Amino acid sequence: MPAGADLPRIDGLDKLAGRAAYVDDLPTPGAWHGATVRSSVPRGKIRDIHFDPAFDWNDITIVDHRDIPGPNQLKLIDVDQPVLAAGEVRHKHEPILLLAHPSVHKLRDALRAIRVDVEPLPAILDPAAPLTPDLIQYKSDNVLKHIDIRQGDPGPVFARAAHIIEGEYVTGSQEHVYLETQGMLAQWQDGRLTVRGSMQCPYYVLDALTHLFGRSRDAFRVIQSPVGGGFGGKEEYPSLLAIHAALLAEKSGAPVKMIYDRQEDMAVTTKRHPSRTRHRTALDKDGRLLAMEIDVLLDGGAYVTLSPVVLSRGCIHAAGPYFCENIHIRGEARLTNSPPYGAFRGFGAPQTIFAIERHMDVIAARIGIDPVELRRRNLVRTGQPLATGQIYKEPTDLPALMDRALDLAQYKARTQSHAEFNKSHPFLRRGIGFATFHHGAGFTGGGETYLASEVWIEGKPDGTVELQTAQTDMGQGTTTILTQVVAERLGIPTEQVRVATPDTSRVPNSGPTVASRTAMVVGKLIEQACDDLLHQLGRKSGDPEISDDIRRHASLPGKSLVGRAKYQKPASIQWDDKTYRGDAYATYSWATYVADVEVDLRTCRVRVTDFVALQEVGRVLNTTLATGQIAGGVVQGIGWALYENVVLEDGAMKNCQMTNYVIPSAGDLPPIRVVFEERPSHWGPGGAKGIGELPMDGPAPAIVNAISRAVTTTINEIPVTPELLLKATEGRGHG
Amino acid sequence: MQVHRPYTLHDALALMAATPTPTPIAGGTDLLVSWHHKPKEKLALLDLSQLGGELAAMRLTADTLELGALTTYWDVIASPEVSRAFPLLAEAARQVGAMQIQTRGTWAGNIGNGSPAADGVPVLMAYDATVVLQSTRGRREVQLDGYYTGYKKTVRLPDELIVAIQIPRRTRKAEWFEKVGARAAQTITKVGVAVVNDEKGWRVVANSVAPYVCRCRNLESALQKGQKFKSPEEIRDILKNDIAPINDMRSTAAYRETVLSRVLFYRLADKA
Ligand SMILES: Cc1cc2nc3c(=O)[nH]c(=O)nc-3n(C[C@H](O)[C@H](O)[C@H](O)COP(=O)(O)OP(=O)(O)OC[C@H]3O[C@@H](n4cnc5c(N)ncnc54)[C@H](O)[C@@H]3O)c2cc1C
Repeated sequence: MPAGADLPRIDGLDKLAGRAAYVDDLPTPGAWHGATVRSSVPRGKIRDIHFDPAFDWNDITIVDHRDIPGPNQLKLIDVDQPVLAAGEVRHKHEPILLLAHPSVHKLRDALRAIRVDVEPLPAILDPAAPLTPDLIQYKSDNVLKHIDIRQGDPGPVFARAAHIIEGEYVTGSQEHVYLETQGMLAQWQDGRLTVRGSMQCPYYVLDALTHLFGRSRDAFRVIQSPVGGGFGGKEEYPSLLAIHAALLAEKSGAPVKMIYDRQEDMAVTTKRHPSRTRHRTALDKDGRLLAMEIDVLLDGGAYVTLSPVVLSRGCIHAAGPYFCENIHIRGEARLTNSPPYGAFRGFGAPQTIFAIERHMDVIAARIGIDPVELRRRNLVRTGQPLATGQIYKEPTDLPALMDRALDLAQYKARTQSHAEFNKSHPFLRRGIGFATFHHGAGFTGGGETYLASEVWIEGKPDGTVELQTAQTDMGQGTTTILTQVVAERLGIPTEQVRVATPDTSRVPNSGPTVASRTAMVVGKLIEQACDDLLHQLGRKSGDPEISDDIRRHASLPGKSLVGRAKYQKPASIQWDDKTYRGDAYATYSWATYVADVEVDLRTCRVRVTDFVALQEVGRVLNTTLATGQIAGGVVQGIGWALYENVVLEDGAMKNCQMTNYVIPSAGDLPPIRVVFEERPSHWGPGGAKGIGELPMDGPAPAIVNAISRAVTTTINEIPVTPELLLKATEGRGHG
Repeated sequence: MQVHRPYTLHDALALMAATPTPTPIAGGTDLLVSWHHKPKEKLALLDLSQLGGELAAMRLTADTLELGALTTYWDVIASPEVSRAFPLLAEAARQVGAMQIQTRGTWAGNIGNGSPAADGVPVLMAYDATVVLQSTRGRREVQLDGYYTGYKKTVRLPDELIVAIQIPRRTRKAEWFEKVGARAAQTITKVGVAVVNDEKGWRVVANSVAPYVCRCRNLESALQKGQKFKSPEEIRDILKNDIAPINDMRSTAAYRETVLSRVLFYRLADKA
């Protein structure tokens, strides 16, 4: 079955039937359970650790920072984060000790028999709070990363602008709520420390282990087990958990499983960065953007983790898909004593797109112009630059894309009927709103060059091929679409393609499964590896009957048949990481989302009643899977906009249960109408671009634009919980 | 941990008279929440699930509905007669958790757990239910609206079991129920209210706005006097003496108070 066809999910039946063995399901005779002793305060000095003398500690394995063979550093972008606190803790729930025991019951008793005395130090819990010297914990100013994007010279333009509009937009954190919580199994196998578990990026885990243990790569083997959802939550955190399990396995000599329960998972793992974005915009009298000043502030939490790249993507998308000659975007990710925030679907872009798309509606209302018209006048057109100077050369007519989405949603008719309805109903108010936006596919700027991803495809004597990449399927369908890409390029049935389990002992490093890069960037490399394999056969793509050739070649004694490809930066992509000018991404996906809402003024509850998601994503590789990705992203966006409220106490999540952290249920969701415009792009396999993160960007601004219209109040903060909406509408009467 | 599994009420009551008193468990849908975080060394459970007879029966007669202590939400939902005779019971039952909980969770367990957010209790109280308690010392009946004395505090003595809930059949002029939670299903009530007007008068029962599910007696007497309200604020002013909402991680006191008065206002206006 070729790309574009609806190949059912290859992993689907196993998961549906409960056969797929997640890490906690792996039968591991003799395995011990691991657990973590954590800080109970956001910041402090560890004074003492008491072990209850009445408890029998003999058979408990205890690991602290002194057991670490190499540097006590979690290797990510920086190395500022210890894997076990030594002396000082920087956030609540920071790991201090690790315990392991064969009995999970005794382990829990042991946890209760340990008391850590921490002398509290002053903590900073709000990134915007004024700094005093005793609060400085990173460099001289707690700034984890600073980014400046400049185009033209905004300053002088404000003096001659017809309108100057300002606004401030705030987004909350968000928990991933993957169905499978984080889990790792570490054990000695064949002379190597072997780690299996739930992860997005096996090579990140391998790098982190190598660094911490101070050993070579061959000392470790990292294998991905089936993953029950990631959404970015299993990008960097698994490196820490893998290290913890490995330290316990090394010290105890037994296999050690560390599986978080939901409460621990929610309380201690990474989440979406809370943000605050300020806009100051100059426009001419017709609503054309003359100059934009944008300040983006992210709460990074206690350590650097991935904040620099989250900030980067956020800033690059901050001016939206609009043309403006004079732009200054200033971004900062600042330290707070919260558990580190990390990767989450969209990676900073949902935050800044919420801000710009709310701001566009605020501008429209203030200067008295239709929000559709305002966008039509400013959407980028062929030959015009985006914020980083990247020239728009895409085939998509963005105003036409917007118009089509609005038509599908009956935007005009509904705007009118809602106005009628709102005049007559005692307590229900309806509104329709939309957002126009884009999302870059793949790593930012020079990121892909730096990764230098590699993929292999191996022909087997039975005529099948095995695709070897580090790309992980966490439920999004990677295995299925990559199978389709291979089958199409080689001209063989999908049944003859196998996708290797990501295992660092036998697959090359094709980079992480993040950043909407797998289908487009790795997919393209797979096409090239297929071509290499065909070349070795003396054939080319499109030739018929390849299977026999594969069989014959792969059967030759002493010969192997492996097609290879390695990422080469296309000459046409120019990016300067110092000035942040150039082609931030090879290409983007483009979209307009429209949301219809109904607000109940009695309860201040908002229901999304209809949703249209129209996007141009190049060529769709598998319609069912792509539709699922978009619909799922829209649901996650609805959750972020309306329901999901991370309540912080001492900087850490307090409502860390499914009961109290409210994700929408099926009954809360509207019909989601997913529509694709297909314009094959030369960047991805068969013309595909990235889609994984895009749907996270549009729902929140579309929904809040709709709410603001329904209740004729400006709402610039999410989540719009009923409590927030009550406050915002109070004093305005309710009926 | 110790688990007793009596097969007769007689044996169950005898076990309840022992020291230390075991904790009764019916559907377990409250008791098992956060189960593995609870120390269990000293825990003794009395499993009610094998008690048939009176405890498992749901009886509708000409003047009473009697729910045996093991009656589940689903038993009510699945009975057209009971749903018709007491529509609010079925309505509330359908909004408890989801089907898995509705088929295991019991009305008696909802009362026994004593949560201020319990959804079964307001409708029972609005229908003027009576709780039947029994111990080796005998049997007594307590009005549900006098059952709670504080947060998770009740008049039930340690050795008593709830054996049944009785509800009188009356002609009603008005009855409705509203649950406001954070989402459409599987949600803990932020504020809820059950209202019944029958031959004995108005009963307005609210949950999640006080340390226990409570009647709003000041509002009831205003309604009794035939007072009409021009705004939700008028209702809120009266409610101030009936309820004591708090801020917690699920909502705010202001939200609970305001929403309760608005829901009441529009519902009462509707029926006026
Ligand atoms: C996912 C989920 C969703 C839920 N949703 C809701 C909801 O929407 N609304 C709601 O109100 N509740 C909800 N609950 C709570 C719970 O389901 C109900 O309170 C249910 O009615 C409890 O009944 P049970 O039989 O399971 O009680 P159990 O857990 O067995 O017992 C609860 C308490 O009552 C005591 N008890 C039980 N039977 C007796 C008896 N005969 N005599 C004396 N004491 C007794 C027990 O000792 C215990 O203290 C939910 C629970 C879960 C897990």
